[in-house]
Amino acid sequence: MTTDPRTLVIIPAYNEEASLPAVLKELAEQTPEYDVLVVSDGSTDRTAELALAAGVHVATLPFNLGIGGALRTGFTFAVRRGYERAVQFDADGQHDPLAVRALLDGLDRGADMVIGSRFAEGGAVTYEVSGVRRRAMKVLQWLVGVLVRQHFTDTSSGFRAFSRPMLEYFANSYPVEYMDSVEALVQACNGGFRVEEVPANMRGRTGGAPSTRNFKLVYYYVRLLVVLLVSTTSRGQRARRTAKRDGGP
Amino acid sequence: MSTGAHILVIVLAAGVIAFIVHLVRSRRLRAKYSVLWFSIGMGLAVLAVFPDLLVWLSDLVGIGYPPATFMLLALSFLLVLVLHFSWELSRLEDRTRALAEEHALLREEVEDRLGPRPGRDSG
Repeated sequence: MTTDPRTLVIIPAYNEEASLPAVLKELAEQTPEYDVLVVSDGSTDRTAELALAAGVHVATLPFNLGIGGALRTGFTFAVRRGYERAVQFDADGQHDPLAVRALLDGLDRGADMVIGSRFAEGGAVTYEVSGVRRRAMKVLQWLVGVLVRQHFTDTSSGFRAFSRPMLEYFANSYPVEYMDSVEALVQACNGGFRVEEVPANMRGRTGGAPSTRNFKLVYYYVRLLVVLLVSTTSRGQRARRTAKRDGGP
Repeated sequence: MSTGAHILVIVLAAGVIAFIVHLVRSRRLRAKYSVLWFSIGMGLAVLAVFPDLLVWLSDLVGIGYPPATFMLLALSFLLVLVLHFSWELSRLEDRTRALAEEHALLREEVEDRLGPRPGRDSG
């Protein structure tokens, strides 16, 4: 444990009372060396209460910000409390605590962001994706590949590890729109951070419902494509805006 | 324009200006917007009193139908205004988010020190 730099597992949770206790229990049993922060994203159920009962850190957002906002809260927490690195972990039981090690190893190899991929070679295919969705993901994968000139097999995976510099960067500028993960990936690459992908086995959900319905997903998807296309041309401007938020009035 | 229509337009413009004055005096309109709306109100009043100005302006830019000039001006103004509001809304949302995040972190710290209190999620 003393050889392990201080590591924070960030769990964004919106009404996840059904699955969260089991996830926290598993983390406590299998990876007790990591601190855990649950960000209750305006939950209206017992999410925060149950997390607190499990003895982990709990940040309670006053209303729902979406996963990007919840993550940014977690990143800020990690930076202020002096954590060396952080892992983004799902509250619905999709992620395996034992796979966290593989992500952290990626950081040890010098990466700033490590993505646990459901589709990389070596990741067992226990994760089912429907036809339309798979094609949509393919398009994204291709577009991201073109934009950042690096191939990723799973651009939207929410199983990720972040180095300290990456955390400091994202604490200010993590995208807060839905499908944040893809935009964050592009931002990191464009910002000159090293991004790596490692295979990660993922399971089906253990409880709760997927966060978004299909027709809404299509809208978010189109919006994301627009954001991605625009983001490459206005990179300088975004950097300026971030700088202004830090120092300006 | 008939005398009746002329009077109607003048009355309407006066009404708009009176309403803006009322909003500003009761401090329900921020100063930066009051200047904007006062200018608009004055512009409307001038056009209402001297409708020939519109004809003159149309001739100047080569628009054959004076009301179209008015529509063009009004539409351009509204477009810019709506764009400005979208920008302002985005900025406000950014700030609200930042506040919410800060609130969550401060609350975590306070509760960490004082111990939890009941009704976390609802409050």
